[in-house]
Amino acid sequence: MDVIFSFFNSLPGAVGQGLAWGIMAIGVYITYRILDIADLTVDGSLATGGAVCAVAISMGMNPWAALLLAVLAGMLAGLVTGLLHTACGIPAILSGILTQLALYSINLRIMGIGSTAKTKATVALNVDTQPLLLSSRYVRSLELNNPLVLLAIVTLAVIGILYWFFGTEMGCSLRATGANQNMARAQGINTNFGKVLGLVISNGLVSLSGALLAQYQGSAAVDMGRGAIVIGLAAVIIGEVLFGKLFRNFAMKLGTCVIGATIYYMVITLVLRLGLESTDLKLLTALVVAFFLSVPYWKGKYFTKGRKGEKRHA
Amino acid sequence: MLEIKNIYKTFNPGTINEKRALNGVSLTLQPGEFVTVIGGNGAGKSTLLNSIAGVFNVDEGQILIDGVDVTHLPEFKRAKYIGRVFQDPMMGTAATMQIEENMALAARRGKRRTLRPGITREEREQYREQLKILGLGLENRMTAKVGLLSGGQRQALTLLMATLQRPKLLLLDEHTAALDPKTAAKVLEATEKIVQKDHLTTMMITHNMRDAIAHGNRLVMMYDGRVVVDVSGEEKKNLTVEQLLNLFSQASGSDEVDDKLVLS
Repeated sequence: MDVIFSFFNSLPGAVGQGLAWGIMAIGVYITYRILDIADLTVDGSLATGGAVCAVAISMGMNPWAALLLAVLAGMLAGLVTGLLHTACGIPAILSGILTQLALYSINLRIMGIGSTAKTKATVALNVDTQPLLLSSRYVRSLELNNPLVLLAIVTLAVIGILYWFFGTEMGCSLRATGANQNMARAQGINTNFGKVLGLVISNGLVSLSGALLAQYQGSAAVDMGRGAIVIGLAAVIIGEVLFGKLFRNFAMKLGTCVIGATIYYMVITLVLRLGLESTDLKLLTALVVAFFLSVPYWKGKYFTKGRKGEKRHA
Repeated sequence: MLEIKNIYKTFNPGTINEKRALNGVSLTLQPGEFVTVIGGNGAGKSTLLNSIAGVFNVDEGQILIDGVDVTHLPEFKRAKYIGRVFQDPMMGTAATMQIEENMALAARRGKRRTLRPGITREEREQYREQLKILGLGLENRMTAKVGLLSGGQRQALTLLMATLQRPKLLLLDEHTAALDPKTAAKVLEATEKIVQKDHLTTMMITHNMRDAIAHGNRLVMMYDGRVVVDVSGEEKKNLTVEQLLNLFSQASGSDEVDDKLVLS
């Protein structure tokens, strides 16, 4: 009984985490599903977003401006990965890993800005003394300072803007690039530009997510993005498995990423209440993602066998 | 319209897999000419087409389209002048996008992609009319994902897309080879209709001698990376398979003719 009660008690917090990570999952959706690239930059750019935002706010910058700055920093990270991939011909996965690795050092430096130490691994924020946009402290509040309000608004705005963008000529050419590069080039689309642009947008969103998370949790840390790609994938896949048949509209599909992230954090909260250690979570996440990614493969194998069997009978 | 000046292409140079695919090809196409290109496996037909389209750069020589030197332009920039249909029906369309979205992408070939809507209502009406030309009923399935279509339907759609923006040059790379005979005939018929209607300068690769003779107003045969036969006008009109085989053995200096060519 206690477990159930404490689970429900912690639900608002899980939803808050889920919404913030949902924006990150949308970023992953853009690269993984639309561009067909597994971009590992995100582990680094999430922390970059958090670091830039936290440092900027500590130095007295307007929190909205800090958020914007974080997005720009993330976009820059995406640009680097994109150029490594397109201009230097490095495979996409490796390009992402390289940027992610470089960002680890860069993030430590960023968090060292304005302090006596050259590098720092965490920057703390305080909602009482600093003008934060959101804080997990008010997650049960019934007023407008509840972080869920802002997170929901930002999420809807992100989905709205992306829905518009992917309907434009440029957005369509980006989708074509992901769907079929031969076709895209034959139709005069610069596929390299499309890939770079997609990575820039995606990492901008991931960074935005990191910036919101840093404020929500009250700190930015250099390892806050560790395994982010897997959590993002988990959110995308959970959303697809549960709602893929239901939602065909593009905006709804983006929405399912956010729902997927929320469900992920609810499940995580539940298993934590059931007695799992928080350090076990990465293992659990990896297992969940591995399972759902292998489902289509095994399904395909099963059906192929079935078809062969039919032929034998005929 | 198209000027190919003495182009060479060698794949994997300096390795054991070295393959000289184009060995000094020169070819000039007049506006409105419909050339069929025939030749055995490894004759260099596809390499020639891909060289024109810019899939790779040639080692030597020059390619001009309508007076513009495109020899060093990347593939996506050459697309401004060229409409293409590939051998693989999966290659010419985006499977996860709708029929009308694919057409809208093709209608913007060679134009700047801006932040304006990717497809407008007037366009949809135009596309509906154009899809009727194919006679496949696709005009009633415009929001269906292209991945749901059959190979033949996808080739027909790709053909239509290649000509939505009138191309200076239409390149058809054995675009009926992967289809069953009945569907292949239908797609060829549609090809003929579209090329005639817009007087398109066209290059069509085929493995099939009869198709090469039946279509177009000029026939080019390739062998070992060179053009060995080039007939047009009345001579092309009255050409038979036997004459073509004779021409081939004279020009190539060998009796060895690809089995596939004779049989098909």
